[in-house]
Amino acid sequence: MITLNVNGKTHEVDADPATPLLYVLRNDLKLNGAKFGCGLGQCGACTVMVDGEAVYSCLTPILLLQGRSIKTLEGLGTAEQPGPLQQAFIDEQAAQCGYCIPGMIMRAQALLERNPSPSDEQIRAHMNAGLCRCGTHMRILRAVHRASKTMQGAIPGAKRA
Amino acid sequence: MNAKASSGGFGPQTSGPGLRLSRREFVAGAGALVVSFALLPRLGTAQAAQESRAPALPGSLKDTPMLDAWIRVDADGTITVFTGKVEFGQGIKTALVQLAAEELVVGPARIRLVTADTSRTPNEGYTAGSNSMKDSGTAIMNAAAQVREMLVGMAATRFNLPADSLVIEDGRVRAADGRNVAYAELVAGQSLHVTAQPQSKLRDPKSRTVRGKALPRLDIPGKVTGAVAYVQDLRLPNMAHARVVRPPSYGARLRSLDRSAAEKMPGVLKVVRDGSFLAVVAEGEYQAIGAMRSLGRSAIWDETATLSPKTDLYAELQSLPHDDYQIRGDASASAKAWSVESSYRRPYQMHAAIGPSCAVALYDGGKLTVWTHSQGVYPLKGAITEMLRLPPDSVHCIHMEGSGCYGHNAADDAAADAALIAVAIPGRPVRVQWMREHEHLWEPFGSAMLTSAKATLDAQGTITDWQFDVWSGTHSSRPGQAGNLAAAWLLQSPFALPTPKPIPQPEGGGDRNAVPLYDIANTRVVHHFIPKMPLRVSALRSLGAYMNVFSIESFMDELSLAAKLDPVSFRLRHLKDTRAQDVIRLAAERFGWNGFQQREPGKRLGRGFAFARYKNLGAYAAVAMEVDVDRESGRIDVVRVVAAVDSGDVVNPDGIRNQIEGGIVQSLSWSLYESVAFDDTRITSRDWSSYPIMRFASVPQSIDVHIIDRPGTPFLGTGEAAQGPAAAALANALASAVGVRIRELPLTSKRVKAAIGV
Ligand code: FES
Ligand code: FES
Repeated sequence: MITLNVNGKTHEVDADPATPLLYVLRNDLKLNGAKFGCGLGQCGACTVMVDGEAVYSCLTPILLLQGRSIKTLEGLGTAEQPGPLQQAFIDEQAAQCGYCIPGMIMRAQALLERNPSPSDEQIRAHMNAGLCRCGTHMRILRAVHRASKTMQGAIPGAKRA
Repeated sequence: MNAKASSGGFGPQTSGPGLRLSRREFVAGAGALVVSFALLPRLGTAQAAQESRAPALPGSLKDTPMLDAWIRVDADGTITVFTGKVEFGQGIKTALVQLAAEELVVGPARIRLVTADTSRTPNEGYTAGSNSMKDSGTAIMNAAAQVREMLVGMAATRFNLPADSLVIEDGRVRAADGRNVAYAELVAGQSLHVTAQPQSKLRDPKSRTVRGKALPRLDIPGKVTGAVAYVQDLRLPNMAHARVVRPPSYGARLRSLDRSAAEKMPGVLKVVRDGSFLAVVAEGEYQAIGAMRSLGRSAIWDETATLSPKTDLYAELQSLPHDDYQIRGDASASAKAWSVESSYRRPYQMHAAIGPSCAVALYDGGKLTVWTHSQGVYPLKGAITEMLRLPPDSVHCIHMEGSGCYGHNAADDAAADAALIAVAIPGRPVRVQWMREHEHLWEPFGSAMLTSAKATLDAQGTITDWQFDVWSGTHSSRPGQAGNLAAAWLLQSPFALPTPKPIPQPEGGGDRNAVPLYDIANTRVVHHFIPKMPLRVSALRSLGAYMNVFSIESFMDELSLAAKLDPVSFRLRHLKDTRAQDVIRLAAERFGWNGFQQREPGKRLGRGFAFARYKNLGAYAAVAMEVDVDRESGRIDVVRVVAAVDSGDVVNPDGIRNQIEGGIVQSLSWSLYESVAFDDTRITSRDWSSYPIMRFASVPQSIDVHIIDRPGTPFLGTGEAAQGPAAAALANALASAVGVRIRELPLTSKRVKAAIGV
């Protein structure tokens, strides 16, 4: 049994400790946010946050995650009460197929928690690890900018850089 | 040259309406049995058409004429709209709901939309060719208007008042005297099971409340919060996970296999083998992946070197057997002294969805159900039935969204895999997802293509003669038959890939947009169709239009240079079509074409322009682009893009903008970076590092899309309109920046550097 803390809740997981987090999130915990894209650390579709950092869940075995705090898309809000980044993606209509979007949101969340008012250049550099095939990039960038405005002061402990 | 008329097995089925009931007959027949659902078989429709010879019904009503096949009003007030088209991120669901809501005069939230399902929705073939609005949108709009008129007619009878004295408010018909009745009460015990009429009383464009507005996409809130949004997210009770061990190369055969290690692995339920088709089923997904790897290590394959990487790809294209179709004109090819001649090249390119293909299947009691992100559930059903040699009507295909598809990718293949595996483990739902390398190596690519353009200019700079040749493989090897499914080639009793036929003009496949829209006295266009290509090829967003527009619009710039005329005015002087002129003028004006200057001296800024009308009968799109080229590295930075588009009557302007923005970025990615690599046996572009695509660091600073709305005119479709113009605008901007023209895609920094000669 491996103990995982996901979105503030503790889960006992009965899986091979070498199993990458992605499969445990999706199949054991039934969380759809993190997606399989490549399994190679090349696309970012599986991105979640671990202790505030954006992490590829497809490459991270659960063995390494005991006692750490994991946050997924589901931890940011719900369709009825979306979190600020989720709301910004809705407001900017920043999705085509949307398959890459959960990873994009988690990657952006990690940035905004560290730096609540990043420049356009900083956002592009930080988001560069995430791939989108539909070409939704311009809207994703707008959504991150919008969220950085609405999130000012909304994140505990975050200060203006 | 053996020229013959273009013809082929594709294209719309023509059939007319069946028996038609007049309003009087319908009302008289009120109280008839409620037939809640009606899919009229095509055969029946065709027969009926012969009998009645009525004018054609609009859109897909031609093939599915019964109103209740499209719209159902239940006694509890639910309104359900059915479409045979599928959502893959293009926003079609939202646009169809808007159309239905507008004509039915109800809030969009009241409408439930059911998309492609072989036991519930009309058969609208494939969701492809930017045809969904034209086919399904037109059908739903007209069906909704006719249902509304029928409901108003029923209310009029009930109130004993003239229909035109009644008004509708959100699904309730009201009389001036205060009496009112909900749609649901009107249909109770009655039937919408009537044939559509050719004409509908559509709502006045001026009174529209839902249509033409940027209604937020219905699917986005769920997608950004982790709802079950994709077939990848479908989790059925007792579901097992499977992975396929795909062969290493085309034509490889499984010589030997030691399955013992895999079978002993924890969670493994079964190794499935049929000829060279090899898969493993396990309780857990990661267990299935582990067992797939173990099987892969023990499998020994016989491979054949069928590819020729050493030969020039484009020389090979011209040498492969091809059928020639002269699709336009009769000018003699050799009689001219051409002013300008150029040829252009496009390599194989991928769809490469971010999420690999996936399907879930369940075989239970002799019935097979497949959840799939295929673009055509009905054709897929036929192909799977044939592959598994099952009795007719034992397969049911249900569409669920997948990762964005951009054409015929591996969705159908994954569905075939799931079907084969499910039959081997009856009673348990099986989920199969492809691995990244499966998708890259096995999806059907966009065909490599070669074009040649020649033209003469007169002393005034007018084009007088034009000859264009295009060499291309097929752009449609979609299922329809078992042999179109990758798994079917591997079976003990295999199915062969059917020989493709060219998609006929005016839509065309490899020759899509090969005929210039420009007014030229003598035009000759020949399509050299290559039935058998070395690599697996099929439909990639915009088919041949991407390459033909890249070629024609690059060539137009070359001609304008030779004529010493501005590229934008050069285009305008060769176009009579005023809608074409309008998008060109709008894009040029919003870009600031005339005032453009190299703003920072010393930097290599360039401007490029391109235009096309997709398929020569769809949306008009013009793209202007500014690039900044670094001479040292050859790197092209796209600074800003301005597009103007006319898609006809606009249902959702933000949906159009989203499609055009996305199309531009994707086309820039294809055109700057993408080319499928292979050795003499295997594809070697197997992941994102061996097949790079555009990233945030390289997307433009801005993309502005301007829409020309044409209320009351037909829908022209939008999804593929930007692909060609974006590519050509890029090449033209590069030429304007550094003075060299590159005619081979992609315009990599290596090629740019070599062309500049630094
Ligand atoms: S799925 Fe993890 S990086 Fe692609
Ligand atoms: S929205 Fe489809 S991959 Fe990004």
